[in-house]
Amino acid sequence: MTEHEHASAAVAERARLLEQRLIDAGLTTDGEIDGFIASMYKGTPVNGARMVARAWTDPEYLELLLTDGNAAGAELGFDWMAYQLRVVANSAQEHNVIVCTLCSCYPVSLLGPSPGWYKSFAYRSRTVREPRAVLAEFGLTLGDDVTVRVWDSTSEARYMVLPSRPPGTDTMSPDELAALVTRNALIGTALV
Amino acid sequence: MTLPSPETLSSRETLSSREALSSRETLPVGARVRARTGDPDQHTRIPRYVRGHVGEIVAVLGEWALPDLSVRGMTQPETCYAVRFAAAELWGSGDHTVTVDLWESYLDRA
Repeated sequence: MTEHEHASAAVAERARLLEQRLIDAGLTTDGEIDGFIASMYKGTPVNGARMVARAWTDPEYLELLLTDGNAAGAELGFDWMAYQLRVVANSAQEHNVIVCTLCSCYPVSLLGPSPGWYKSFAYRSRTVREPRAVLAEFGLTLGDDVTVRVWDSTSEARYMVLPSRPPGTDTMSPDELAALVTRNALIGTALV
Repeated sequence: MTLPSPETLSSRETLSSREALSSRETLPVGARVRARTGDPDQHTRIPRYVRGHVGEIVAVLGEWALPDLSVRGMTQPETCYAVRFAAAELWGSGDHTVTVDLWESYLDRA
């Protein structure tokens, strides 16, 4: 055993004991815990990017994505989301950005863990107050003619941004388009 | 810590007009609402910065358990709305909007 493994052993032991207590109390099962962990590992920004690329190339899917995010996810096989997925679309007139001021709500099981800054006090408190300044610090300066719409995730809904399709991508395949879409673009702190 | 009984809870300020709220219709998209003031000592999911401010319902999200009661082991589903506030209304300045998901117990018609 290495020193590193020793260092984490206490936490692992505590987690294992907690699991056992919950299982003994009939509050959960090994299978349920395994299923939850497995669902967390399915999350990656690539899932969101594939949904965006499909919406850019398929008007019917775009409609579905904006009216029923869960159904749109399920159509691509992402059928394990335990929340209501709401997708908000950028346009030439509007830019959307997602935040959770109360904690760190994020569509983790779809997009994977949120970035560290998403959970920072600075991002959470400033985005609702001065989003243009926050976005500028991400290198994203929006024109005065663009309305900034902030979405504060306070409920059972989780939000994802549908970025605008960049010009000059008409001949790209869905896979090539998906490769353009970054995690930050799905949160709204970057464009594509 | 001893958790209050449901009887105690029902008389609390933040849930005091439950009867009026539970009997009213689902508010439509476009309705103007005011987020409740008050500073509950229980867990809640209404951010301080919207309390007392007027916004517009932009979506009816669904029926979800009110978190204020869920944390006390009681399940009470009620309508949750996406409510859009103008930055100028919240902060006195700014040209953006902030949309917050709020359960009906957090809202009054404006």
